[in-house]
Amino acid sequence: MPSMSREPVIVGVADAPLANGVLASGGNALSVQAQAAKAALAQAGLRLGDVDGLLTAGAWGVPGPGVLPTLSLSEYLGIRPRFADSTNIGGSSFEAHVSHAAMAIEQDYCHVALITYGSTQKSERNRTLAGRPPLLTMQYETPYGLLAPVGAYALAAMRHMHDYGTTSEQLAQIAVAAREWALLNPAATMRAPITVDDVLASTMISDPLHLLDCCLVTDGGGAVVMTSAERARDLPVRPIHVRGYAESHTHWTIASMPDLTLTTAADTGPRAMAMAGVRREEIDVVEIYDSFTITVLLTLEALGFCGRGEGGAFVSGSRLLPGGEFPMNTNGGGLSYAHPGMYGIFLIIEAVRQLRGEAGARQVTDARVALVNGTGGTLSSTATCILTRE
Amino acid sequence: MTDRPLPVIDSDSQPYWEATARHELRLPFCLDCDKSFFMPRVLCPRCHGDRVEWRAASGTGVIYSYTVARRPAGLAFAARVPYVVALIDLDEGVRLLSQVITDDVAAVRIGQRVHVDFEDVAEGLALPVFRIVSG
Repeated sequence: MPSMSREPVIVGVADAPLANGVLASGGNALSVQAQAAKAALAQAGLRLGDVDGLLTAGAWGVPGPGVLPTLSLSEYLGIRPRFADSTNIGGSSFEAHVSHAAMAIEQDYCHVALITYGSTQKSERNRTLAGRPPLLTMQYETPYGLLAPVGAYALAAMRHMHDYGTTSEQLAQIAVAAREWALLNPAATMRAPITVDDVLASTMISDPLHLLDCCLVTDGGGAVVMTSAERARDLPVRPIHVRGYAESHTHWTIASMPDLTLTTAADTGPRAMAMAGVRREEIDVVEIYDSFTITVLLTLEALGFCGRGEGGAFVSGSRLLPGGEFPMNTNGGGLSYAHPGMYGIFLIIEAVRQLRGEAGARQVTDARVALVNGTGGTLSSTATCILTRE
Repeated sequence: MTDRPLPVIDSDSQPYWEATARHELRLPFCLDCDKSFFMPRVLCPRCHGDRVEWRAASGTGVIYSYTVARRPAGLAFAARVPYVVALIDLDEGVRLLSQVITDDVAAVRIGQRVHVDFEDVAEGLALPVFRIVSG
């Protein structure tokens, strides 16, 4: 166990302002990370020169400077990290980065860790539905034209419907709830109310998933700053404690997923909660990666908030809506706030804002404990963090 | 169709694609756990044994799950929309991704029996695809 003083805390979070899903003041994948980093550090009274740990993942600059992303980013930022981590397990990478930074801080291996993400995928219009190049493991799947990544999630949704009777109406409830939360968030990209019927009437993309079952395609940038509880005592900010964390992954090609309707959150959720000494009923707010509506439903089941196959009933009614008994994806999520390719860092940013009590109209009353669960790849990886106010 | 993404054949996959080119479906088989596996690789993903040989597959199985692509995965697939991409559980106990070739995408169901067919996509290269067993 680390000494209490080296307990890891989050002391800064920032995300880039968007307008209609693109960077409000322009920029590129590096500039948006630099600006978010500066803003997140400023919250804590820290500067870029204080950063000695750098963690990032992304799809920018590949092939090219993005192949070695922490080298390119540290060069751009003008910093000299003693700890770097470019773990890339998909959109859940940033929850894994929190875990890795926590361990580095606990071990005195670094003192101020900066986690960043940046994407200009919407500005550049470079997002397609085509699969990965048909090399190595992907040679057995890409030639068949599965839409990437929605097709793999559609396969999971279809099987869940077959096994448990889950309906498109139930999945649509998740999209509707995300939109209701987005209506309370001035920074959200999508701010017009939708109904279950709207979701069902939206274009079918990959059966059974409609357009409104899918996350947005936006730009975005974000940063999270971590340090030790001891260092945070002198900083002008309420530290948010990282009490538990866990990660796992199993596959990337969808045929190799061990169980098509059970993610590794069934493993990482309980491990993170056990590390934190937190029970499910003690969690006040939940931020779950919503790449697609089915991702949320599978994750709720895997985390044990409901039984296997019970996700459809669980998300029905008013449970997920603002004011409901299960506050989730309170910024509007990837479905309605923003989704710049990899979304995981924004789950952390929103959880911290809720725990600090800074979430404005969407604030969850007296939020003390948050669970954050990222999912990456094609239901490939999960990483779970338990964050607390005290 | 010429720009369809085609497998980049490597040392693991060469026996697989050489067989499909002859319209034969062959699978790697682990001599230690006495079972087939997929995708081809030098170690069995279950027991990590390295005694692996190639065996002919029955070519029959069931649809474990499927989706209908209503948009193409790149221009190469545009003329096929809508098309069915499915996870096929072969009778040998392995799962692979493929297409179900059908004129009626609305009739496809989980659990339907399928048999392998082959789509010649380039000189010396054929992709295994599946068709629903009628009756």
